[in-house]
Amino acid sequence: MVAYVVRRLLLAVLTVWAISVLSFIIIHLPPGDYVTSYIASMSASGSAVSEGEATALREQLGLDKPITIQYVKWMGLMLQGNFGMAMEWGRPVSDVIGDRLSLTMVISVAAILFTWALALPIGIYSAVYRYSFLDYVFTFVGFIGLAIPGFLLALIVMYIGFAYFGANVGGLFSPDFAEAPWSMAKAWDLAKHLPIPAIVLGVAGTAQLVRIMRSNLLDELRKPYVMTARARGLPEYRVVMRYPVRVALNPFISTIGYLLPYVVSGSIIVSLVLSLPTVGPLLLKALIAQDMFLAGTIVLLLGVMTVIGTFISDLLLMWVDPRIRLGRQ
Amino acid sequence: MAELDAAPETRSLAEQRIAVATQWQLMWWRFRKHRLAVGGTIVLAAFYLVALFADFFAYVDPQESDAQRSLMAPQSINWIDDGRFAPYVHALKGTRDPVTFKRVYVLDTARKIPVALFGRGEPYVLLGFIPMDRHLFTVEGAKAGESLFLMGTDMQGRDLWSRLMFATRTSMTIGLVSVALSLVLGVVLGGISGYFGGLIDTVIQRIIEILRSIPTIPLWMGLAAAVPNDWDVVQIYFAITIIISLIGWTELARVVRGRFISLKEEDFVMAAELVGCSKSRIIFRHMVPSFISHIIAATTLAIPAIIISETSLSFLGLGLRPPAISWGVLLQDAQNIQALVISPWLLIPSIAVIVAVLAFNFMGDGIRDAADPYL
Repeated sequence: MVAYVVRRLLLAVLTVWAISVLSFIIIHLPPGDYVTSYIASMSASGSAVSEGEATALREQLGLDKPITIQYVKWMGLMLQGNFGMAMEWGRPVSDVIGDRLSLTMVISVAAILFTWALALPIGIYSAVYRYSFLDYVFTFVGFIGLAIPGFLLALIVMYIGFAYFGANVGGLFSPDFAEAPWSMAKAWDLAKHLPIPAIVLGVAGTAQLVRIMRSNLLDELRKPYVMTARARGLPEYRVVMRYPVRVALNPFISTIGYLLPYVVSGSIIVSLVLSLPTVGPLLLKALIAQDMFLAGTIVLLLGVMTVIGTFISDLLLMWVDPRIRLGRQ
Repeated sequence: MAELDAAPETRSLAEQRIAVATQWQLMWWRFRKHRLAVGGTIVLAAFYLVALFADFFAYVDPQESDAQRSLMAPQSINWIDDGRFAPYVHALKGTRDPVTFKRVYVLDTARKIPVALFGRGEPYVLLGFIPMDRHLFTVEGAKAGESLFLMGTDMQGRDLWSRLMFATRTSMTIGLVSVALSLVLGVVLGGISGYFGGLIDTVIQRIIEILRSIPTIPLWMGLAAAVPNDWDVVQIYFAITIIISLIGWTELARVVRGRFISLKEEDFVMAAELVGCSKSRIIFRHMVPSFISHIIAATTLAIPAIIISETSLSFLGLGLRPPAISWGVLLQDAQNIQALVISPWLLIPSIAVIVAVLAFNFMGDGIRDAADPYL
């Protein structure tokens, strides 16, 4: 059990490192560096930066050093919680990201909760009543859900809200609360706005999980121990829920690790369409403005958060599955 | 008596047929029974026909803009005129609403514009070498202000139908090119991983695990934003396909590795090793043919994900950029909700996306079921 946790923890650390390298590459991919884009933005606003000033700035920022040293320095700053300056905003990155990162997580977790709450019962029903009318309905709806990209679903939801109800269904807060400090009333306001983004984000994942749950449970239901349980006269509810569902749940939980990056990914685009105050719109703006410190930090932080989420799902899997808990493969 | 004899005779014929059928024939017979899969295949064939002959299906230049025709609603064709088959559309007259200053179009029922099937229009070069000027339908010898707008126009007055035809070409091929790249990466790395095992397997598996635990869209966005602005349409097209396949190969690698590992234990592989076959002969002559059908299934199921990725990236403005035309680029116009409420036809390209993705999923499911009789 300890070996398992340590192994997973090591993998998580390795992943965080890989993500940091990738984020750093993203920061450095565009031609030029921070100073060239700084010069460009300065000359766009009418003030010139001299050659000497540019070199001084490069030296000050350490941009004249080899790339590996720059990476080490960047990581050092990151570990101290100093994410650099968001150029466009003229404020520290941590200031700009602030609440947005936690809101991204709130939305993602809400979407995953929605996914489970829906996928589990539907998957169980579809497996137990295979080829029934409702099973076909769920399969069909699931196919459609898989085929519609998240941003498109968001667009359609927005369109319907706007055209038929005359209401803007986007956003996470009512205008009164958008700038207000945190309070119970604001949290309640957030809770009221949460369902639509959570549903939009969760639909594709739900469709996928229903399929997984259905086929897992079907495999289990065919096994002799189910027949034994039935032959011994157990009530049907217990026959299904007590053992096969528990076993079928297992691969289901192991996919949580993949569900989280998937949902976080989706939330970026969906947030743009639904104008949610998450890091999504910020990332897009930063990328278009080539504000690579901000963009790199967001990619890195999102990556780290998914790694933490995956690690939690590994622990969860251990809790549910005694084979892993007891250290047997 | 004769009837009784005939029955076993035919049964054994059918059995004989199955016994001598090749693996591909067996797959084809099973695939044929999967109705959704066959339907999906037909739909996809239609999509690729459009992709191949986009110039024929479009009736005007997809880039031709005209401020006078901005945001026109779709027109419907009247097929029968005076009791005989003569399709026509009514002319539209654009005016400004004096109160809201919105551009409105009124039907001019007095003017009929005849629509010609297979008529002559804009010249083009079919498949890159056949000069032609016939289109599926056109307004022959169109005068100014006379035209056809089957799906309406966008903000700049460009014909949405013609743009959709060319977008289909881009979006459907980008799926193929990306999946081909992912396939090469996936088969090579997955094959190495599964065949050799050991340390190299561990390393490749860790790489896959790491790549899969990173949220893809932020990563894609970062990479796509780094594509220089001054690249031309073709360069960006290939840059995007490479970016998408850099992450898309992991699933294919997983499938290939799984197959390699299970096949390595088979008797026929050991037999081939014992008679002294070379490694490459064992892999390509003995192992690959027995799992190629699974790879085809996994590949088919990978394409829709790629199409969605491209569409999402282009929708954000980070993928293909105008003047390139793809489904995502077309949907960019639908980003503004207010515009969408006034002109909902801007959402029509999304139907193409959904139908194509559904069709690929159905076909992929069918192939997978056909390839694996034990599923």
